[in-house]
Amino acid sequence: MNAPELSNEHLGTVELRIPSKPEWVAVARLAVAAIANRLPFSVEEIEDLKLAIAEACTICIQQGSGIQTIDITCDAATTHLRVEVRDDRYRNLGVTSGAKRPTMSVAEGEGLGIFLIQALMDNLEYNVDPQYGTELVMTKRVGA
Amino acid sequence: MDIKVHVRESDDDAYVVELGGEIDVYTSPKVKDAITELIDQGHYNLVIDLEKVRYIDSTGLGVLIGGLKRVREHGGTVNLVCTNPQIKKIFDITGLVKIFGIFDDEAAAKKALA
Repeated sequence: MNAPELSNEHLGTVELRIPSKPEWVAVARLAVAAIANRLPFSVEEIEDLKLAIAEACTICIQQGSGIQTIDITCDAATTHLRVEVRDDRYRNLGVTSGAKRPTMSVAEGEGLGIFLIQALMDNLEYNVDPQYGTELVMTKRVGA
Repeated sequence: MDIKVHVRESDDDAYVVELGGEIDVYTSPKVKDAITELIDQGHYNLVIDLEKVRYIDSTGLGVLIGGLKRVREHGGTVNLVCTNPQIKKIFDITGLVKIFGIFDDEAAAKKALA
């Protein structure tokens, strides 16, 4: 018997704000794992998500001199999890979420984090901008 | 969140760094300090045991790469012990399997130092 096809139903949005400090990255990682656990992700896919979100938070911390907090927004749907990670410069400057700007290259040393996220997630858009802050938007599909 | 770092001298002129727990942006400085201290003391052949590591991110990888670069300047090397598929996957994705010797047990990792 074929498994029923999942509809792309939006299940909910979870928002988390953590201090922009290394000791809080694990909280974001575990929270996103708990959210992903509500979807039919495999254990391996959840591990991928944990690492990708931690890498995104780490990039925000390493790039963001003077930032205080990092916002993590998770949009859960039956077929995927979309996660937005951005530092507080976006909020403070009133920058529109997801505003289209040319993708910036990241500073030397942070490239491995971006590379890992790209490898582990199905989609990644990011801006690392000295003026506007750091924003990463990534999606992982169930069973992809 | 925790990281355990245990350094011991092997019986064949190598040092073994046993790590346990999670290596991330918060805990990796402790790992870096342990490796740096060994290198500063003139120990250039290291085995880093990741068997009890549950998680590693790019900052942890960066610490390992930094250690390898430093010991290679002195003709040494760093071999890893790792069988955790999730950790090995990270080394695969990043291509670090071509840079580090990765072994299933400490004996094999030490033997390859020679």
